[in-house]
Amino acid sequence: MKSNSNLEKLLETGKFVVTGELGPPKSADGETVRKKAQILKGFIDAVNITDNQTAIVRMSSIAAAVIVQEVGIEPVIQVVTRDRNRIAIQSDILGAAALGLKNVLCLTGDHQKFGNHPQSKNVFDIDGIQLIQMLKNMRDEKKFQCGEEIRNGKKEPIVEPKLFLGAAENPFADPLDFRVVRLAKKVSAGADFIQTQPVFDFERFEKWMDMVREKGLHKMTSILAGVMPVKSVKALQYMKNNVPGMSIPDELINRLEKATDPKEERIKICVETIEKLKKTEGIRGVHIMAIEWEEIVPEIVKRAGLIH
Amino acid sequence: MNQLGMENKNSDLEIIAFCCQYCAYAAADLAGSMKIQYPPEIKIVRIPCTGKIDELYLLKAFESGADGVMVAGCEEGNCHFLEGNIRAKKKVGYTQGLLSEIGIEKERLEMFNLSASQGKKFAQIANEFTERIKKLGEGVK
Amino acid sequence: MIVAERKTIEEIKQYILPYKNILLTGCGACVTVCFSGGEKEVGILASQLRLLCKKENREINIIEQTVKRQCEKEFTMELENNLKKVDAVICLACGAGSQFIAKYFPTKPVFPGVNTKFLGGTDEPGLWMENCLLCGDCILDKTGGICPIARCSKSLLNGPCGGSQNGKCEIDKDIDCAWQLIYDRMKLLGREQELETIQPIKDWSKSRDGGPRKIVREDLKL
Repeated sequence: MKSNSNLEKLLETGKFVVTGELGPPKSADGETVRKKAQILKGFIDAVNITDNQTAIVRMSSIAAAVIVQEVGIEPVIQVVTRDRNRIAIQSDILGAAALGLKNVLCLTGDHQKFGNHPQSKNVFDIDGIQLIQMLKNMRDEKKFQCGEEIRNGKKEPIVEPKLFLGAAENPFADPLDFRVVRLAKKVSAGADFIQTQPVFDFERFEKWMDMVREKGLHKMTSILAGVMPVKSVKALQYMKNNVPGMSIPDELINRLEKATDPKEERIKICVETIEKLKKTEGIRGVHIMAIEWEEIVPEIVKRAGLIH
Repeated sequence: MNQLGMENKNSDLEIIAFCCQYCAYAAADLAGSMKIQYPPEIKIVRIPCTGKIDELYLLKAFESGADGVMVAGCEEGNCHFLEGNIRAKKKVGYTQGLLSEIGIEKERLEMFNLSASQGKKFAQIANEFTERIKKLGEGVK
Repeated sequence: MIVAERKTIEEIKQYILPYKNILLTGCGACVTVCFSGGEKEVGILASQLRLLCKKENREINIIEQTVKRQCEKEFTMELENNLKKVDAVICLACGAGSQFIAKYFPTKPVFPGVNTKFLGGTDEPGLWMENCLLCGDCILDKTGGICPIARCSKSLLNGPCGGSQNGKCEIDKDIDCAWQLIYDRMKLLGREQELETIQPIKDWSKSRDGGPRKIVREDLKL
């Protein structure tokens, strides 16, 4: 066991895991976090707490994660390299570990141009892959990036953070053949689990999985496929046209536009995708991204037969 | 009254017309020999091709007291030096921006295209441009 | 070369409000090549400022002088005679050049007439693009001659981020994804396998992050 986290233990047992996502508020309101966590409790095995997603200032991932932990769900904190240098990141990780947090998702981060503070200086001291490597070394070599041991003094004990490390991968971005190389690099850097961008285009996803399986990567790390129940056809259209790295087939949009009960159809699509993923070799679970629609997660989990 | 029915009033305005040798200048010459009048405010400067035009010449013309500046060249596609008039068009556009930046009406500068045989057209352009400058009034002195 | 862009007339106008005698200096190097501060551009700006002042009934006397390059004392000093005749300088050289004037003539107010923007080249007439960020530790050998520090919006060293689409960067469809370019180039060179190696964390102390840099060559000192 690298971290003894609940997520790690469940994956060890071979269970098909379910993770969720929680976006902290754009304010100092901890109650929102508690409420969202309550909705998800009992339906997911762990919940990602985003880190200033799309470069919009929100309550910090670690702080919100502590609140979530108090409610009784295991968090997965997210760390992006856009806003913090190696000093700040390592420092945050020591704090997170001291607060009992174990799962960390390592990301590069959206460029600040997308957010509400586009004039800020970006950091990118290290990239997503170097971040995984740095945290892995903290855990396994018990050393800081500079090479010093993680101890408060020569006479004090080494207390390294025990982490379960994750990374994200986008099977739908370009260049397609390089995507698998990048995944391999993340795995070799130390990613214990991978969460993918939401799957709407199953055909393209399968192509990526073929390449992943060919390299045996699915055995070296636990891949959790992303799924996203969308709140409206408009939202789906918006993502298709404006969000980079999303592949949304026209048939899907057509299906939703023609549906007699759009809400039901949207849930159905999500559940169907999960069913397909359950049967896909190499997929160890799903990551449900119900952005601003956390209430729907319990229903999806039940209908997809994921409740334990 | 001249042949085009325009008033032949001599004002204090000065308009510089950079005319390319192959088309515009020839057209102006033709207008002269056909005795088609164009305003005395127009002072022609012959250049080998409008492509030779530089933003600096145009600004210097205004600095020297010109109230209006015309750049006249061959019709697009028929430039004697192939694309000189296209380059000129871009430079004239850029210079109009330079004028606007300092609060001078960009209408005081314009590019026109015509062929060597169009004596009448030259006079017409010259007359209309002069009227425009008269309406805009004296430039920066 | 260094690529700069002239400041707005509004900004420059504000600089010269209190002055009647100005020296407008140009540089014969980089800013000439990017058409922002060479002899011609000095002429154009001087002409614009004179017309503007005439229009506003303000007296102005502008001397124009362009030197070979402003970032070398020998040439900066060529401005001495004209500097004696004026009250202020508008410098169209890059930030380095402007600072040289300020250094050697500390009693004359120096105003920058351009915004120094980036290090790049003339891709085609009228198009200049950033391609070097002066990181002080060049890794072009590893990326097929294409710099990810300057050309990747996030300065990534291990391949594209998840936002790369159709060879374009997520922040602007007009920006090529540097990593797509690198991947294509390395493939062309038959070296794409090298991209599978994890590039270690960069030593940014060699870049400007480590403080203002300098190089000293004792063998060249007089």
